[in-house]
Amino acid sequence: MSLLRPLLLDVIPTIQQTAALALGRLANYNGDLAEAVVKGDILPQLVCSLSEQNRFYKKAAAFVLRAVGKHSPQLAQAVVQCGALEMLVICLEDFDPGVKEAASWALGYIARHNSELSQAVVDAGAVPLLVLCIQEPEIALKRIAASTLSDISKHSPELAQTVVDAGAIAHLAQMILNPDAKLKRQVLSALSQIAKHSVDLAELVVEAEIFPVVLTCLKDSDEYVKKNGATLIREIAKHTPELSQFIVNAGGVAAVIDCIGSCRGTVRLPGIMMLGYVAAHSENLSMAVIVSKGIPPLCACLIEEHEDHIKAAAAWALGQVGRHTPAHARAVAVADVLPTLLAIYMDTRGSEDLQMKTKKALKNILQKCTYLPALEPLLHDAPPNIMKHIVGQFSKVLPHDSKARRLFVTTGGLKKVQEIKAEPGSLLQEYINTINNCYPEEVVSTTALILFNVCGKFSLFW
Amino acid sequence: MVIFIQKWWRGYRSRRYFSKLVETAYFIMKMNFYNEMAVRIQKRWRGYYVRKYIHNYYALKKYLEAISVNNEIVRNELQDYKEMKENEEKRKDLEKKEKEEKYQARKMHYLLSTEQIAGIYNSPFRKSPDPMELLLRKSKPLSHRHQQTKSPFDYELYDWPTCKRPPTFSTAQPLPPIVRQKPQGPFRDTTEVLRQRYKPLEPTLRVAASINSPLEKAREEMKSEEWRNSIHDNEFLPFSSYRKNQKYEPSIHRTGKYSQETYGTKHFREIQPKKWVADKDFQTVLPPIVLFEKFGKTYSRAGQIV
Repeated sequence: MSLLRPLLLDVIPTIQQTAALALGRLANYNGDLAEAVVKGDILPQLVCSLSEQNRFYKKAAAFVLRAVGKHSPQLAQAVVQCGALEMLVICLEDFDPGVKEAASWALGYIARHNSELSQAVVDAGAVPLLVLCIQEPEIALKRIAASTLSDISKHSPELAQTVVDAGAIAHLAQMILNPDAKLKRQVLSALSQIAKHSVDLAELVVEAEIFPVVLTCLKDSDEYVKKNGATLIREIAKHTPELSQFIVNAGGVAAVIDCIGSCRGTVRLPGIMMLGYVAAHSENLSMAVIVSKGIPPLCACLIEEHEDHIKAAAAWALGQVGRHTPAHARAVAVADVLPTLLAIYMDTRGSEDLQMKTKKALKNILQKCTYLPALEPLLHDAPPNIMKHIVGQFSKVLPHDSKARRLFVTTGGLKKVQEIKAEPGSLLQEYINTINNCYPEEVVSTTALILFNVCGKFSLFW
Repeated sequence: MVIFIQKWWRGYRSRRYFSKLVETAYFIMKMNFYNEMAVRIQKRWRGYYVRKYIHNYYALKKYLEAISVNNEIVRNELQDYKEMKENEEKRKDLEKKEKEEKYQARKMHYLLSTEQIAGIYNSPFRKSPDPMELLLRKSKPLSHRHQQTKSPFDYELYDWPTCKRPPTFSTAQPLPPIVRQKPQGPFRDTTEVLRQRYKPLEPTLRVAASINSPLEKAREEMKSEEWRNSIHDNEFLPFSSYRKNQKYEPSIHRTGKYSQETYGTKHFREIQPKKWVADKDFQTVLPPIVLFEKFGKTYSRAGQIV
């Protein structure tokens, strides 16, 4: 470091540039080296002579700042403190697109860490220049500028509002049509970071007429474009029922469902969450999700995926779909989802979050489920806290439906209910009593006798 | 007698009380009846209102059907879009491959078979020549000019907005060619003719290289070597021209006009008007002093030689 530093002050410009490039590569490789660069007091030297130098020096210096600023917030703070932001903003006004690209990349890495640094970047006046950079013809520059805007606006609503006030949304919305995949990734990510903070911002994004163009992004061949497109739709859908309604009317639900069906892994996660949010707002929307054939892909996600958080998201989404009315719960139960949910809940290897979400989903669905053939298999394996809901549902339906009563006995459900031990006076005991009261005495006692015989035979064996 | 009055009064009071009682009972009965009827009307109205505006079952059903229809449309459109993109990709790949093959054929044009000797792709044991042979026959031999190197940035960076290539998502197939009337007679194909007519000049090496070429190159090499080796760019001046840069300073008699200078004769000192106290110069001709004018004229003549 001590060797490179004097070379920065050399007369010949090529040596300066190469020295700066070397420093940048060193700092890029490792965080400790970046700290050494900062401690060696190199940054103020780089920054002070930046305005008169030629474009190669500016590019190399911006590269050093980016490499130092990317490792941790403290290093980025050090970069800001030596007055680098003004210099980078001056670089953003330069004519050469390579210089602009390097400067905006450095600003993006600095703004990424936390909201104070983003605020510092915004205070240096970078945002209008970045919006100008987005309109430039070079694709690499557009990509980097979009990613920087996304990094700035992700921290807080005020920062996102600043970005919106600079008129970024219109340009970002136009660039969704661009065929370049990496640019689409960044643009969609920027729009979703803007839309996620509040209803007004989400409405502004929607007013830029991104639907139905965004739906074509969900069919792109690049995985991350699909993921970011689904993220954008999710951020818009989660705020109010009206926005979700708008998305459903535009056919967004079908597109997202197809997208979930065609991907694997974490790429599916935003799509699953979007379906959950849409279904959570109202029962009409959740019926719309069911009608668009949303449940089979969600069930497939639950079974196929290995990651816990994706399974938890799928369980949550299914719970939101099924919890509104018995019709919804029936649609969910028919798809054979409940045994899977129960199995995941009972599996001790899963994380706590997964277990909690599956339990909630099960409870929500079971409290409205009146479709008895789906509830039967659950009687055999369920733990007590789930059992009381299942038995409760049986006790609600059986007194009124004679065919169901007959089926219940023949399939051995009554026997199973007898086997359940419950404390007298608890809710479970009340339900069991209600069920037993539906049947004439002889049936109940014969089943009890059969049960005792069976138990007795077993005990003889032992 | 008093009892008669009391009896009459008690009767009167209780009759009044009773009539009030009857009135209130009648009033309550009427109100109950009205309330009941009102409830019936309200029941009908509430049912109608909820079914029409709040939870309209048939509207909901229609809405859900409309959504499924819309979803189908959207799914079809997206499927078409995806297929179109895939076709485009395939087409681009195919074109690239074809270009590669054609380029190879042009490079290896010398492998074409002649009348006497069969080329490697035209083995006499085969029934028909290899497709490569046919390709070789069709292709033009590659000239030995420098191929223009295409920078890898050309396609990616400047593709979309500056429209160097037209955007490819418009139609999958190219438009059919404009069919003109073919001129009657044994004419050659117009494209070939135009190609021959506007064939660019391909000068040989002897023509293309400059006359002094090896000498020039050597000179340039020497120059760059000297530039590299020298410490600074200032030229080393020869001694004979050392004094060339000195300005010639002529003497006083030579500077100025060809006549004699007035300095030394007409005036002596240099004039610095800025240092003058007043802005007038010294007077050269002074007004006469009266007393001195009278000298020799106003004195008495006593003792003077007449």
